[in-house]
Amino acid sequence: MTAITLDHEHEHHGPPHGLRRWLFSTNHKDIGTMYLIFALIMLFMGGASAMLIRMELFMPGLQLLEPDLYNNLVTNHALLMIFGAVMPAAAGMANWMIPLMIGAPDMALPRMNNLSFWILPAAGTMLILSFVVPFFPGGGTQINTGWTLYPPLSIQVGMSMDFLIFAIHLLGISSVLASINIIVTIFNMRAPGMKLMQMPIFVWTWLVTAFLLILVVPVLAGGVTMLLFDRHFGTSFFNAAGGGDPVLFQHLFWFFGHPEVYILILPSFGILAAIVPTFSRKPLFGYNSLVGGMIAIMVIGMVVWAHHQYTIGMSLGAVSYFMIGTIIISIPVGLMVFNYMATMWKGSMTFETPMLFAVAILLMFSFGGLTGIMLAVVPADMQYHDSMFVVAHFHYVLLPGAVFGLFAGVFYWLPKWTGHMYNERLAKIFFWTNVISFNATFFPQHFIGLAGMPRRIVDYNVMFTEFNVISSLAAFVFGLSHLLLLYIIIDTIRRGKQAKDRVWEGAEGLEWELPSPPPYHSWTTAPVLAR
Amino acid sequence: MSETADLGRRKRRTMWWLGLLALGMFGFGFAMVPLYGLICNVTGMQSVDGMSDLGRRMATAGEGPGAEERWVTVKFDTTMHPELPWSINPMEGKIRVRLGESRVVNFVAENHSSQSITGQAIPSIAPWQANGFFSKLECFCFSQQTLAGNERKDMPVRFVVSPDLPPEIDSLTLSYNVMRLQGGTLAAAQ
Repeated sequence: MTAITLDHEHEHHGPPHGLRRWLFSTNHKDIGTMYLIFALIMLFMGGASAMLIRMELFMPGLQLLEPDLYNNLVTNHALLMIFGAVMPAAAGMANWMIPLMIGAPDMALPRMNNLSFWILPAAGTMLILSFVVPFFPGGGTQINTGWTLYPPLSIQVGMSMDFLIFAIHLLGISSVLASINIIVTIFNMRAPGMKLMQMPIFVWTWLVTAFLLILVVPVLAGGVTMLLFDRHFGTSFFNAAGGGDPVLFQHLFWFFGHPEVYILILPSFGILAAIVPTFSRKPLFGYNSLVGGMIAIMVIGMVVWAHHQYTIGMSLGAVSYFMIGTIIISIPVGLMVFNYMATMWKGSMTFETPMLFAVAILLMFSFGGLTGIMLAVVPADMQYHDSMFVVAHFHYVLLPGAVFGLFAGVFYWLPKWTGHMYNERLAKIFFWTNVISFNATFFPQHFIGLAGMPRRIVDYNVMFTEFNVISSLAAFVFGLSHLLLLYIIIDTIRRGKQAKDRVWEGAEGLEWELPSPPPYHSWTTAPVLAR
Repeated sequence: MSETADLGRRKRRTMWWLGLLALGMFGFGFAMVPLYGLICNVTGMQSVDGMSDLGRRMATAGEGPGAEERWVTVKFDTTMHPELPWSINPMEGKIRVRLGESRVVNFVAENHSSQSITGQAIPSIAPWQANGFFSKLECFCFSQQTLAGNERKDMPVRFVVSPDLPPEIDSLTLSYNVMRLQGGTLAAAQ
């Protein structure tokens, strides 16, 4: 699919200057950039809390952190990374790339786009306040529940929980608005003649992700609203004493929480669908099956949430259903992985940094998927539940599946966004330090988890010391390696060589028909698609 | 310009039905509150107190092949919420009971403060597999209990263990979590 007309209209004036350009922006590129910068800031804050966690776990016993503060950091790390880093970064990429890829002049609802971004800094502030407030006199207790916020503990936490609940409300409103915008754009703004089944897979993954967000985020919002009512308005949704049921919250939470995993992973898989064909110099293998696979993931992913709650005492029939459903999901997910492998098969591959990330993701994500199948099996999960094995599993799924995919996307599209080429040598150093230290951090956690080390507990038995030391040391390298990423990005913007319009030799798609960087207003005349 | 007006209309239509979908899912979250209990009852999934088919099991207690001599140990355990200055202790920590036979055990409740306080006991059975086979015929946990300042009171629990109890269970624990009530709801601890 290539465009043959490039009809730039030059009567448009450039961007407004100063603060107004960003504050009142309705431009999808500027808003995308702001999303990505916000996500990068949150990545470093979430990373800092992870570093503190690993410092505390370096040795058994209590060194740095009080137990409640430790658990607050665990809560904070999860929420900052999921809601602050990964989701906004993916939304930033959607803002930047979807209009370029489908030949639209901008997002369909530009003012709503501005709103959904600018809610985020407010929500981020609330989130950070929820961590900071307990340090002040009268600030109440730390949020020691973990990101799952299970009652009755979350009803007993001090006022910091109220900050957190409102932060979740704001984050939810922001992502629902962004999702509505993305779907309206995809349905109504495609270049003439581009059918749904001709869209780039990245656009498809975001279409599915946006639907998932609209379907599940409001349920979480409802759940935390009930939590708020229980805390302050005397209701008993989750109060056993008043006739409520704390397990109900777990169901509401995981009805959101499990599809959330696919919300985090699917956009990154869409990025892979752009990268793998480019560097294999072959068209994507099995386009239709990829689309079908991700719709299957969406549908099945919404009805298997209770595999996070095997230990609450469900009947045999219920746990069997959730177990089988969970294992069935590995079929469409595996299909996507195999499609990417088949795309590489007999291609003339080169290994620039985005491709290195893509290959590493397929390997490590599959590994995380295999431990996921272990955890899906009920009798095995009874043993692994709430152990460090679970921590290792979901970091193997979410770091490669979501975060590394976003890194790959940054390296792949950064030359297009900035018009400058990044430093390939530094990027490769970043890739190798990042991936090796990631594996050294989380691989040992499988062993200590299987040996019985529980998660979310500040102290541990001395028999787990060696693996924790390895894990902590590697985690510091992993954390510091992201400073290199920051340097590479700044270096690219400041000093990078001018990038070609079609940055990569094998790249296909409408975004490469535009100059690098694309003009402030692109595709003001819809491209004509070549058959 | 009719084309752009048409595009605007299409965009608005898509936006509205997506917005309604989001609102609907918010409502669905609240609809889960009654639906959750309903689904558990209709499908017979084990709810936490396993009340679904208790009646049928109790009707057969004491007759049929299950009535042969089988004894289990029942242990008692109570946990007070930190906000509640009470103690509730069983007269006997554990007793041996014959399956199908109704037994009474007395709990002594005492209010250590000088004010009148209302509390609610939440029962649970461990292991959870025994849930459908333990029936309380009389229990202080059936209603809210109010103890006057420094009052001391005997509170009986009458129960039956069903003869259908899975054979691998030879010991079970009846545990009470007792919480403080204020104005009909649980007090939030700060």
